[in-house]
Amino acid sequence: MTEHADDPSILLEVRNLKKHFPIKRGWFSRTVGYVKAVDGVSFFVREGETLGLVGESGCGKTTTGRLVLRAMPPTDGEIWFRDREQGRVNIPTVDRAALKRLRRNMQMIFQDPYSSLNPRMTLLDIVGEPLLVHGVAKGAELKDRVAELLRVVGLRTEYMNRYPHAFSGGQRQRIGIARALALNPQLIVCDEPVSALDVSIQAQILNLLQDLQQQFRLTYLFVAHDLSVVEHISDRVAVMYVGKIVESAPTPRLYTMPRHPYTEALLSAVPKPDPRRRTTPIVLEGEVADPAHPPSGCYFHPRCRYRIDRCVVETPELREIAPDHFVSCHRAEELELQGVLPLTRALAH
Amino acid sequence: MTDTRPLLLEVEDLKTYFYLDEGVVRAVDGVSFTIRRGQTVGVVGESGCGKSITARSIMQIVRPPGRIVSGSIRFHRAPPSNGNPGEVIEITKLDPMGKPMRMIRGGEISMVFQEPMTSLSPVHTVGDQIMEAIMLHQSVSKEEARRLAIHMFSKVGMQQPARTVDRYPHQLSGGMRQRAMIAMALSCTPSLLIADEPTTALDVTTEAQILQLMRDLQRELGMAIMFITHNLGVVAQMTEVVMVMYMGRIVETATVDDLFYAPKHPYTRLLLKAIPKLGSKAMGTATRLESIKGTVPHPYAIPRGCPFHPRCGDMIPGVCDAVEPPVVNVSDTQTVRCHLYQSAPSRDVIPLTPQSAAKVEH
Ligand SMILES: Nc1ncnc2c1ncn2[C@@H]1O[C@H](COP(=O)(O)OP(=O)(O)OP(=O)(O)O)[C@@H](O)[C@H]1O
Ligand SMILES: Nc1ncnc2c1ncn2[C@@H]1O[C@H](COP(=O)(O)OP(=O)(O)OP(=O)(O)O)[C@@H](O)[C@H]1O
Ligand code: SF4
Ligand SMILES: [Mg+2]
Ligand SMILES: [Mg+2]
Repeated sequence: MTEHADDPSILLEVRNLKKHFPIKRGWFSRTVGYVKAVDGVSFFVREGETLGLVGESGCGKTTTGRLVLRAMPPTDGEIWFRDREQGRVNIPTVDRAALKRLRRNMQMIFQDPYSSLNPRMTLLDIVGEPLLVHGVAKGAELKDRVAELLRVVGLRTEYMNRYPHAFSGGQRQRIGIARALALNPQLIVCDEPVSALDVSIQAQILNLLQDLQQQFRLTYLFVAHDLSVVEHISDRVAVMYVGKIVESAPTPRLYTMPRHPYTEALLSAVPKPDPRRRTTPIVLEGEVADPAHPPSGCYFHPRCRYRIDRCVVETPELREIAPDHFVSCHRAEELELQGVLPLTRALAH
Repeated sequence: MTDTRPLLLEVEDLKTYFYLDEGVVRAVDGVSFTIRRGQTVGVVGESGCGKSITARSIMQIVRPPGRIVSGSIRFHRAPPSNGNPGEVIEITKLDPMGKPMRMIRGGEISMVFQEPMTSLSPVHTVGDQIMEAIMLHQSVSKEEARRLAIHMFSKVGMQQPARTVDRYPHQLSGGMRQRAMIAMALSCTPSLLIADEPTTALDVTTEAQILQLMRDLQRELGMAIMFITHNLGVVAQMTEVVMVMYMGRIVETATVDDLFYAPKHPYTRLLLKAIPKLGSKAMGTATRLESIKGTVPHPYAIPRGCPFHPRCGDMIPGVCDAVEPPVVNVSDTQTVRCHLYQSAPSRDVIPLTPQSAAKVEH
């Protein structure tokens, strides 16, 4: 991966990030192995853009997001963040004081708008908490600031003294967003922020996230497994398979000219909203690899219909095959893979 | 073009209400539709519009305080043949717990639920559960039932079927549990399979496998499928006819092609525009999503006139907010419940809001 240390447009750069969870057994909790949840992940996000992160359930998306926010320490790797006040820092190595300041600039929005809000706190408490904790505002000023945040996300300020249970799923997701925005962060990790929502509410929240990004020059790491949603919101997309990024590229390029067989299979599996184009998806053989016992060579080789002998023994490196297009497949240059076909014009409103 | 396949299910003016302290929830409020033998019918609509309760009414598994209040559900058990009128059963007249209903449920009509864990028992192996279903509906020995269960497991693509039948639900992954549910639902070769969001909880690659499987089995067994889903991609790929529900009513019925290429009801059109479409950014046609303004009204307080009028951009004041729109046949295969189509039922021109008209030119 290219060196991004002196590119000021890069807000976040992750290099060879690893998280191996120990598997413990027996009386003495002996470690008998490791779940390689994140196993050498590298990517970067430019300021003001959205990087989509997709992949099958259990491939390590949430773990990657949590490592970036230092919700837990990584096993190995670097996470460089260009903090507004402190400059470029490596997140896993900063001390407590620096971490506290850093946390103001990095926030998270969760998938489940029901369980991620404390039922015993009012809206004022929930949205105002980060402001109090970081000593940014209190008393009347806090109320004003919370009211402003509620207005920004399209909630009525009169709701300030209500509890979360009085709100719908879409409204709760707005509350979570207001809280994430409270400290005017630079980066927001959005972990499946619309997966639990109904289609029309999903559209409202996606529009809101896009408006806020423009208004506050926010940078998003957007985790989801709905490839249509990810295409809609992301400038670039990274595809994960069993703890590794296997491909990343600018969105239109990734969707039309995938270079990794797994990306091709994922795209072919999405049911296309066009009854005049009924497609037969590529059905992958076997099950997703077990991150505790990943296969040899390329992790995808047991399910790959293009594998050659080399794939079984040699791990492919992630390399840049075109500007901003990274792939880890031995055959990336020679294979002609199928992306999504453009929609019939009538349907592409 | 008229469909000549024999009728399988006729639902007429079905009403299923929930009687709560706070008021009456009209979950299903006058729904009529038909399903023919071997047909795949899609059901779409926002959360809470009554899709699952319609399905549960057909199965007679609506729990109190809910109950079917009126309407009829006619199940054509045997199609008419050379002069024989066939056998038609009025499901609403059957005792939900009685033997005739229990024979239909899980036998001739079976259902795959959204969350397999809620319908699989955690204390029995998946094999025992399928065998029980098989032995209830077919007179076979225990050994034969087990053989059938293993056969069904291999059919749904379960790896090592002979071993997996002896596992408990919690020992299976989400995709395997969903397959077990489908195997159970299909074990008695139903003539109607009701699939309520059967793939929502799954990964796209697993979803693709399950959908392929349902297509193959349908071709082989000739069953009809009522496919309930939020996913318009699944609708486009799987169904022949689609019903769009809003607040307990069917607001539009159309062939899948008309639904996508000539949607009529303003709600259907907004629903299609609210969803990001795969390939639109690649094509350079990506636009801001159109969200439907407001939210679904509270089920205790269904708006007067057309229930959709408070959220509709084409609302005609004095008409839509006062008079309930009747069902209009816009063609042999398309019906819509909307005042916009009442005066000239067969016209092709689609009334548009000024805002959406601007975007249609390309
Ligand atoms: N605290 C933990 N201890 C042990 N294993 C864990 C822990 N957290 C996650 N894992 C494992 O790490 C792997 C990656 O999990 P992660 O939650 O990051 O996946 P994901 O890509 O977010 O999946 P999903 O799409 O289902 O949310 C999984 O195999 C998971 O079981
Ligand atoms: N047990 C119950 N008690 C009271 N109301 C209920 C009950 N079950 C369902 N309802 C109501 O009936 C209406 C229809 O519910 P239904 O489950 O059919 O919706 P749905 O269309 O399947 O929604 P989803 O897409 O979220 O599954 C909703 O307003 C719901 O709140
Ligand atoms: S490296 Fe080989 S096995 Fe891996 S994706 Fe490429 S062709 Fe398939
Ligand atoms: Mg996750
Ligand atoms: Mg439902």
